Amino acid sequence: MNSDRQENGPAEMSEEPGIPNGAAAAAILSAGIGCFAVSLCGWLGDAVPALGHFFIFYRPTGPLSGVTTTGIIVWLLSWFVLSRAWRAENVAIGKINVIAFLFLGAGLLLSFPPIGDLLQGK
Amino acid sequence: MQISFRALITALHGMGFGALFLLAFSGALIELFRICTPERSSPFSIRERKFLNGYLIAMVLLAWGAVLSGAYLVYPWYRAVPPLGTTDLAGYPQRLLISSPTTSGWHSVGMEWKEHVAWFAPIAITMVAYVFIKYGSELSRHRQVRNAVLAFGAAAFIAALIAGGFGAFLNKYAPVQGGPEITLMKGTQ
Repeated sequence: MNSDRQENGPAEMSEEPGIPNGAAAAAILSAGIGCFAVSLCGWLGDAVPALGHFFIFYRPTGPLSGVTTTGIIVWLLSWFVLSRAWRAENVAIGKINVIAFLFLGAGLLLSFPPIGDLLQGK
Repeated sequence: MQISFRALITALHGMGFGALFLLAFSGALIELFRICTPERSSPFSIRERKFLNGYLIAMVLLAWGAVLSGAYLVYPWYRAVPPLGTTDLAGYPQRLLISSPTTSGWHSVGMEWKEHVAWFAPIAITMVAYVFIKYGSELSRHRQVRNAVLAFGAAAFIAALIAGGFGAFLNKYAPVQGGPEITLMKGTQ
């Protein structure tokens, strides 16, 4: 995303505020990544039995414990990394929003069992 | 008036955390819309700003409370495996649902979707709260940021609605019950 910095169009250039938008962009993109990560881990755990077994972090809850814990770790880690990289910058928020919504939409679709099953060929 | 321990915890999960989270959206949306349209709304006082921050933090806690209590308290009871030869599946909701083709979809679609999509809500609302608290009135100058934040807020609402809706139906067709009985009130008979 570094190459996107300072390439804002006229609409985005008007958003030159006191606080740079980088911190918000990091939070938005990482939220999209986090939602997708939860769905992807759930789908992988279902598709690959060995992974499903690996995701059993807490036996009474089963694979859901590892799926959600891993998704949350991915979310927080991506937030931390992006935040450190962008917190003092103004980034191309339009492009980041699109990527974040793609992650969110893909996560929503992948979490829906009939679609997940279809992708697994069930 | 009695309730089983598991039913009480399930009610706390669904109504105490989940339903309150959904209800809180109505107030939050009005205030978030107000902060995003400063040209059409009265400005926030410091006291109102602090109240909104607290309101959003409460929503974050409710969302995390809902998913954590669901995954680590209620879900283990839901997916409990009955001993071999058990014929009465009343205490084993997942097995009860999949034992009949007329109810198995409530598990294979309803619970399988709910248990994952529900986590979108706390992730999204945590981000929404963080951005609103960090940026405050500055947000009125970040049009694309506030649009994204409002959209993620809507996504959190939809995710909670899916989870809450399926949760209500699942608990109707195969209620989580068992554990010690708790007497809330004595009957008059």
